[in-house]
Amino acid sequence: MDVILFLAFAAIAVVCAVNVVVQTHPISSALSLIGVMGSLAVLYLLLGAEFIAMAQVIVYAGAIMVLFVFVIMLLNAGAESRRGRSLTAQLLGIPGFFALLVLLSYTVLRLFPDAAHVKFGGFTGGSAKDVGKLLFTEYLLPFELTSVLILIAIVGAVVLARKELE
Amino acid sequence: MEFIVISLVKAAIVAAVLMTTLAYLQWVERKVIAHIQLRMGPSRVGPHGLLQPLADVIKLITKEDLIPPHVNKFFYLLAPFLAVTMALLSISVIPFGSEVELFGYKTWMQMTDLNVGVLFVLAVSSMGVYGIALAGWASNNKYALLGGLRSSAQMISYELPMSLAIAAPLLLANTLSLREIVQSQGDHLFAWSIFKLPAPQLISFVIFLIAGFAETNRVPFDLPEAENELVAGFHTEYSSMKFAAFFMAEYANMVTVSCMTSILFLGGWQPLFPVSLGSNFVAPALFALGGSLCLYHGLHPARRKDRYTLPVFAAIFFGIALALLAPPVARVVMPLFWFAAKAGFLLFCFIWVRGTLPRFRYDQLMGFAWKFLFPVAVLNLLVTSLLVAVF
Repeated sequence: MDVILFLAFAAIAVVCAVNVVVQTHPISSALSLIGVMGSLAVLYLLLGAEFIAMAQVIVYAGAIMVLFVFVIMLLNAGAESRRGRSLTAQLLGIPGFFALLVLLSYTVLRLFPDAAHVKFGGFTGGSAKDVGKLLFTEYLLPFELTSVLILIAIVGAVVLARKELE
Repeated sequence: MEFIVISLVKAAIVAAVLMTTLAYLQWVERKVIAHIQLRMGPSRVGPHGLLQPLADVIKLITKEDLIPPHVNKFFYLLAPFLAVTMALLSISVIPFGSEVELFGYKTWMQMTDLNVGVLFVLAVSSMGVYGIALAGWASNNKYALLGGLRSSAQMISYELPMSLAIAAPLLLANTLSLREIVQSQGDHLFAWSIFKLPAPQLISFVIFLIAGFAETNRVPFDLPEAENELVAGFHTEYSSMKFAAFFMAEYANMVTVSCMTSILFLGGWQPLFPVSLGSNFVAPALFALGGSLCLYHGLHPARRKDRYTLPVFAAIFFGIALALLAPPVARVVMPLFWFAAKAGFLLFCFIWVRGTLPRFRYDQLMGFAWKFLFPVAVLNLLVTSLLVAVF
C-alpha cells in the first residue's frame, strides 16, 4: 500500500515538475508547481513527517504559490512564444540532464553504499512536538539566524516599496 | 475489514448530514434574513417553504449549463471543482461527539483523528483560495478577475490573524489533535478555552470569528462579490451546477468555521454545565416546550387545519423529549446535541450579521486586517504564552 502510494505520488510529482517547464502559460506552470508541492507533502506524510507535510502545504502551496498566482493574474501575463531559443540549449539540454541524473545517483550510491533502505512509517520523530524541540534546542542558532534574515528581507521590501515622500 | 466498513458507514452518515445541512442552511438564511427585514421569506413550496431547497436543486440541475466562448476552458471547469472539494474536505477531521458504543462496536463520532488536525484544516482552507482566484481569472472577464483578485488578497491577509488566533488556545490545550483539544476543555462554561483560567481566550475567539467571516467571503467582508461594483464577482460567468458549486463551497466553509470555533473555543461536544447539574435535561426540556407550544396553538387554532396538524407535531415533540430522557439514547445524542447547538448558534450569527451590518470599503478591509487585527492577535498570543508559562 505504502509503496503503491509512493510510486503514484512520485510519478505525479515528476509529471507536474516536467509540466512546469513544458507549459507556455505562466498560470499553468504555477499550478503544476502547486501539484509538485502537494505530492511532495504526501511523500513526507508517507515517511511519517506529518508536521512537515502540513507545513509544506500551508507555507508553499497555500501562501507562496498564492502570491505567485496573484502576481501573474495582476500583471495579466500572457502565454510565452516558443521562438527565439538557442539551438545549443535545445540540443545539449536533454543529454546534459540525463548526465547530471546519472552523476547524482552515482555520487549518492558511492557516498552511502550501505545506507538503510527507506521503511515507510518507521520514522516517528515527525510530530510537531519533536520538530519544535529540535528547533529550540539543537538548531536554535540556524533557526534564529533564518528569522533575522527574513526580517531583514521584509524591512528591505518595505524600504524598496515605499513611495517617495513629497 | 471491520475498520473499512465502519469508516464507510461514518463517511456516508457525515456526507448525508452535511449535504442536508448545506441545503437547509440556505433555507434558514433566507428565512432569518426575511424576518429581520419584516418579510415572510420562502413560503410557497411546502409548509413554510420547507421544500424550497429541493426545488432550488431541481432548478439548478435542469438549467442550461452555459460555457462562454472566451473562457480558458480547462481552468474554468477546474475552479468550481477545486472550491467545493477543498470546502468539503475539512469536515473529515471534525469531531462531533465522544466515543459511543453502537451494536457492540466502539467508535468515535469523528471520521478520522489526525494528530495535526488543526494544521490540516488550515492547509485545506488555504488551498480553497485557488478555486476562487482561478474562477476569476479563467472567466476572462474584468469583473470576475477583480473579484478573484480581491478575494485572494483578502484571504491571504485574514489567514494571518486567523492562524495567530488559533495558536493561543492551542497553548492551553497543548495538542494539535482536534479530539484532544476538546478533551482538554471541561464540561462547563468556565472550563471552555474561551473563559478558561489562567488565560481566557475571549479576544482570540472574536478575532477568529472576524477572520472566519472574511475567509468565507461573508458580509461585511463580501467584497469579492459586491454586486453594485462587480456584478457577481468571481462567479459572474458561471451558471447551473457550477454556480451551485461555489454556493455550496461558501456554505460548507461557514459550517467548517462554525465547527472549528466551537471545537477550539467553546468546548466542542462538552455541555454548557455539568451533567450532575442536569445538563442532560436541557434538550428534552426544549422539545417539551416546543410540544406544549404546538399543543396550545392546536387547542386555540388560528386557522382551521391547525386543529389537526399542530397536535400531531406536539405528540412528535413530546415523543422525542421522552426518548431523549432514556439514558442509552442520551449518552449518544447529548454530545451531538451540544455540538450542534454551538455550531448552529454560530451559523445563526453568520446570518444575523448579514442582516445587520453594511459592507466594508476595500481599503478599510485591508487596513483593518493588517493594522488592527494582526497586532491584537500577536499581542494576545504573547500575553497568553506568558500566562501559560507563569501559571
